[in-house]
Amino acid sequence: MANADCIVIQGSNMAECHPVGFQWVTEAKARGAKVIHVDPRFTRTTAVADKHVPIRVGSDIVLLGGLIRHVLENDLYFDEYVRTFTNASTILGDDFADTEDLDGLFSGYDPDTGTYDTQTWAYADADGSRRGVPPTQPAEQDPTLQDPRCVFQVLKRHYSCYTPEMVEEVCGISAADFAYLADAITQNSGRERTTCFAYAVGWTQHSQGAQYIRTAAALQLLLGNVGRPGSGIMALRGHASIQGSTDIPTLFNLLPGYLPMPKAGTHDTLDDYLAVIGSKEQKSYWANADTYMISLLKAWWGEAATADNDFAYDYLPRLTGAHGTYQTVMSMLKDEVEGYFILGQNPAVGSANGRMQRLGMAHLKWLVVRDFQLIESATWWKDGPEIASGELKTEDIDTEVFFLPAANHTEKSGTFTQTQRLVQWREQAVHPPGDAQSELQFFYELGCRLREKLADSTDPRDRPLLDLTWDYPVDEHGDPSAEAVLAEINGFHTSGPEAGTPLSSYLEMKADGSTAGGCWLYTGIYAGGINHANKRVPGSAQDEIAADWAWAWPANRRILYNRASADAQGKPWSERKKLVWWDEETGRWTGQDIPDFPADRAPDAVPDRAQGGPAALTGTDAFVMQPDGKGWLYAPTGVVDGPLPTHYEAQESPVPNPLYGQQHSPAQVMFDRRDNLMAPLPGQAGAGVYPFIFTTYRLTEHHTAGGMSRWLPYLSELQPELFAEVSPELAAERGLEPYGWATIISPRAAIEVRLLVTERMTPMSFGSAAAGNQRTVHQIGLPYHWGVGAEAHIVGDAVNDLLGITLDPNVLIQDSKTGACDIIPGRRPRGPELEELVNDYRRRAGLINAEGRMTDKAHQDDRPGEPWDTAPEAQQGAYTHEDDADAGADVDVANRFHEPEKEEGSS
Amino acid sequence: MTAPMTAPAEQHPNAATSTPNDTADPAGATGWEHTHERKGFFTDTSICIGCKACEVACKEWNRNPADGSLELLGSSYDNTGGLGANTWRHVAFIEQDAEQIAAARASGRRLVNLGMPTLRTRDVDTPTPGAPTPGAPTPGAPTSGAPTAGGPAAGGPPVDALAAAETLGDADLTPPDTPEFRWLMASDVCKHCTHAGCLDVCPTGALFRTEFGTVVVQADVCNGCGTCVAGCPFGVIERRDDGTINPPTERESPAAGKPIEQDVPHPRTANKCTLCYDRLVAGDQPACAKTCPTTSIKFGDRADMVATAEQRVRDLHAQGMTEARLYGANPNDGVGGTGSVFLLLDEPEVYGLPPDPRVATKDLPQMFATAGIAAAGMIAATALAFLGGRK
Repeated sequence: MANADCIVIQGSNMAECHPVGFQWVTEAKARGAKVIHVDPRFTRTTAVADKHVPIRVGSDIVLLGGLIRHVLENDLYFDEYVRTFTNASTILGDDFADTEDLDGLFSGYDPDTGTYDTQTWAYADADGSRRGVPPTQPAEQDPTLQDPRCVFQVLKRHYSCYTPEMVEEVCGISAADFAYLADAITQNSGRERTTCFAYAVGWTQHSQGAQYIRTAAALQLLLGNVGRPGSGIMALRGHASIQGSTDIPTLFNLLPGYLPMPKAGTHDTLDDYLAVIGSKEQKSYWANADTYMISLLKAWWGEAATADNDFAYDYLPRLTGAHGTYQTVMSMLKDEVEGYFILGQNPAVGSANGRMQRLGMAHLKWLVVRDFQLIESATWWKDGPEIASGELKTEDIDTEVFFLPAANHTEKSGTFTQTQRLVQWREQAVHPPGDAQSELQFFYELGCRLREKLADSTDPRDRPLLDLTWDYPVDEHGDPSAEAVLAEINGFHTSGPEAGTPLSSYLEMKADGSTAGGCWLYTGIYAGGINHANKRVPGSAQDEIAADWAWAWPANRRILYNRASADAQGKPWSERKKLVWWDEETGRWTGQDIPDFPADRAPDAVPDRAQGGPAALTGTDAFVMQPDGKGWLYAPTGVVDGPLPTHYEAQESPVPNPLYGQQHSPAQVMFDRRDNLMAPLPGQAGAGVYPFIFTTYRLTEHHTAGGMSRWLPYLSELQPELFAEVSPELAAERGLEPYGWATIISPRAAIEVRLLVTERMTPMSFGSAAAGNQRTVHQIGLPYHWGVGAEAHIVGDAVNDLLGITLDPNVLIQDSKTGACDIIPGRRPRGPELEELVNDYRRRAGLINAEGRMTDKAHQDDRPGEPWDTAPEAQQGAYTHEDDADAGADVDVANRFHEPEKEEGSS
Repeated sequence: MTAPMTAPAEQHPNAATSTPNDTADPAGATGWEHTHERKGFFTDTSICIGCKACEVACKEWNRNPADGSLELLGSSYDNTGGLGANTWRHVAFIEQDAEQIAAARASGRRLVNLGMPTLRTRDVDTPTPGAPTPGAPTPGAPTSGAPTAGGPAAGGPPVDALAAAETLGDADLTPPDTPEFRWLMASDVCKHCTHAGCLDVCPTGALFRTEFGTVVVQADVCNGCGTCVAGCPFGVIERRDDGTINPPTERESPAAGKPIEQDVPHPRTANKCTLCYDRLVAGDQPACAKTCPTTSIKFGDRADMVATAEQRVRDLHAQGMTEARLYGANPNDGVGGTGSVFLLLDEPEVYGLPPDPRVATKDLPQMFATAGIAAAGMIAATALAFLGGRK
């Protein structure tokens, strides 16, 4: 980022939430970069930016789409880059129909299940038949970019209605502000200059989160801002090592290294699985997925994984549906879940619709909470809000709760993988106090005890556990060596003369069982038996790439797709922005960073496509993880809710979608339930009952749900009380006193807050003055760090109780950014009167009837079918998960659960 | 070696007691022979992101108790209020509209263009680079900081809220994209004055001038009399009470939080920033500067800090941000310049800083003289009365 000439921070409050990383924005600014903050609020990031562009929450695709249109209509795209490195010239098959043709729907939509058949979005076969083919196969091209069915022209047409006027109408951004932003990014892109985008959960936590990022990816590709110094899209992850927990995932649908979890019915055998995941037809390094997968199985099951038993592939569980955190809570409420481990999370405070989380836990037989403190998720049964209101009684709750103290990051060694894939080693500074243990020790011991109990079992279902390689050296306290785990993740030769030697690259992995490795992307981190994550050469003692500070996956490469930093002939686009280049003399790629390309593939090489895999990559196929080697302006596969980002209003938006008749994302995941009511749609009776939009976020002083801050005096005193940020205009409209109390009511809950009345909040206009339909949309800001309990030094109502659950269908993340609410002066009622207040609003909005049951109007999901079984097969295609940074998401789960009203008794 | 800041031909009206060497080496000026540069902070508020990491790092390192009321103060994002016995770094948050920004820009421009209240040029009495300065180490002597030969960066005038310099000449003063609103953040700290009021008035000798030119309280000597509290023109030093901090019981929160139980070291003594004296003697930098993610807090030889600060003001002015000005860099202000120098984006009062701080003891000689004259007059009057009575 320090090398960027312009930085657009959108969907992120980087200075507040990533203050350490923000030093590079400060550095870029000191070097002359322009910093623009696009955000509903004026935050601490805005305070040090050159320009604030306020935006109505949930309208980012319109702004970014407007920029794409601006770039295309005014010929401001980086022509040579676009032609060389993107799929602009690829022609689409005849089956594809755009939202412009179908009033907001793409071709292939099934209104019964709310899913798309993505095969209709396919490229056209290279044979000229215009038949759709998967991107793993050759497609028809039009290098002139003139064919109306080529991606470039489709893109142009798709965004033609995203005019500056539309941006003003939908986002509330003036023509002058739009021009400022458009000029800033186009003047700072091209051969000599680069623009960088940074986003965080302000983009991901929407029902179209993946599509927000896709829009930015297309814009950056058009401007030539991928794979170059100071370019790209910085995905700012939410915590220390959240990146690590997607690389080596804690997600139900992924295995390490972004290999998908096998699905029942479609991935029944290893061959079935590999045919889909690692098709040898494709150009990319995913064609080697068989070597990654079999090495993973060898790492886990060692000697028990043989060619004869498909390397123990059948030891892996198969997915039969979605098992995300919200689906799990629904299952708890149906008494389908017996036990629950909570580690590093405080769902009673941190998850959307917190009341549903707490009630779900009350249905468990047992609950284990491992944390530093007695967080609310460990004490809701005695001091939670439902105890206070009388809805739950401690003596009636059968859940057995175990609290196990956890070691913190200074008390255990291991790694953090940060936002730009840098894996940094952390030494243990002190031994954990009392009974506190590292996660490593806890799970290692748990595994040992389970295996002990099953030692005599002859039941085949116990084999996966008994055959696991489960032997790590431990220290005098019984804590396993984290370095031994890292060595296993790195991988090693299992046989032959090099048996036991660490692998130095994932290219050494074999599909015959002669190598093992826990995560192919991390291979090389322990090359030569050296812990490269622990490299600590200071920045002052090396060049700017700082290759000897820690280790970045893959292959210690600091900038992905960096082949694109050089032109078609392999020369840097400019001296100022050079990174890697083709060295004619040695016949190799070289440069400051490790080239992200076959080292000896000449820029003009055009290998035989038929051989497949990396060998088939041409000298300009810079996007080496894409099946066609190109950066995807258009995603024929991989994203389940559309090949091109398209604006829909959020579920609880108070305004209609001006672009299409389709109001909401047609593929979003909904839970149509009494305990998850949604505000009436715009124009419906009762729509004005929840007239305002609230958006949730974090403060520098606190850590997410507060487990690491509200128990610490030094942090508690810095932000002691829950507050809401409102504009002076809204305060005047509702009679709200600065620093006084107010109550906020959503269709799910009511909470009380103190008020910060500040000009940092801007009322946004929506609609067109000329058309006479302009209105004001008031936005309320709510930091969500507080919770109700008795253990923390500071307590307050839980903001996430206000949120409903609507999910992005690609990654199942909730929309935390656009909730409907009302705000009134004064504190909220106590006891049963609180629920009565919430119900009064629901009745006035027509969401429940006099008996308290859901009305027909409240059932907003009109898609009766079950989506899971009909979900299209997804294409494996990129490195990252929920916040895919470059091109082509790797997401593979399309699902939506639709439940009839069942929770009457709990309301 | 150090180079003194401007050595004025014409004394600032407030600068009755300053000499250049005091500012360069206040420890040496007391007759203490040592080989250390004067250390100080440069706090550049223009790149502060208000993260408060300095507040926390300071409390952690110095084991200072939390002392917030655990209630919203009603002051934007500031909930610790100001510097005190336990809070030695404090971040202020100031929300301003377009009118206030324009006023700040105009006042900054006036400081530069009109040169109020004095005009001085750098070439007057600036020592020759390389010439030894009394009280400073001889060339070649080991120093703990970066070399500072030649003094401040060439050519630049000091620009100070308390005493501005000449115009910026041809600099382009076109304002940048004028915001309609801004949010100022600034981390305040003890000023470590050249003429330190707290030190001057301390009756026990608990306060002392360190070899780094900083001012530090010795808790085991302090008897808690509190004289220093009144002696500080900035309101920095404070006597620590021995109470523990409890969440307010009157708050009627949904549930009361758990009381904070913590050690209160050195109760009933005066406390303030030591510029991490214990870290400095170990060759490290103060905790706040070390933790600051954006380098808004810089630490080093005071002369370097002032030079860096002056260059930064020039750069900002060249970008049209004429609201930028320095605070504490002028050796001729009422405290002889401060060890902690600040770059502010508005008048000092906006940040809660006194616009014209004066050390309480500054007027002592004049007060003695005045008192002497008054006493003489009274004696004369008494004598006259007696003389008159004889008649």
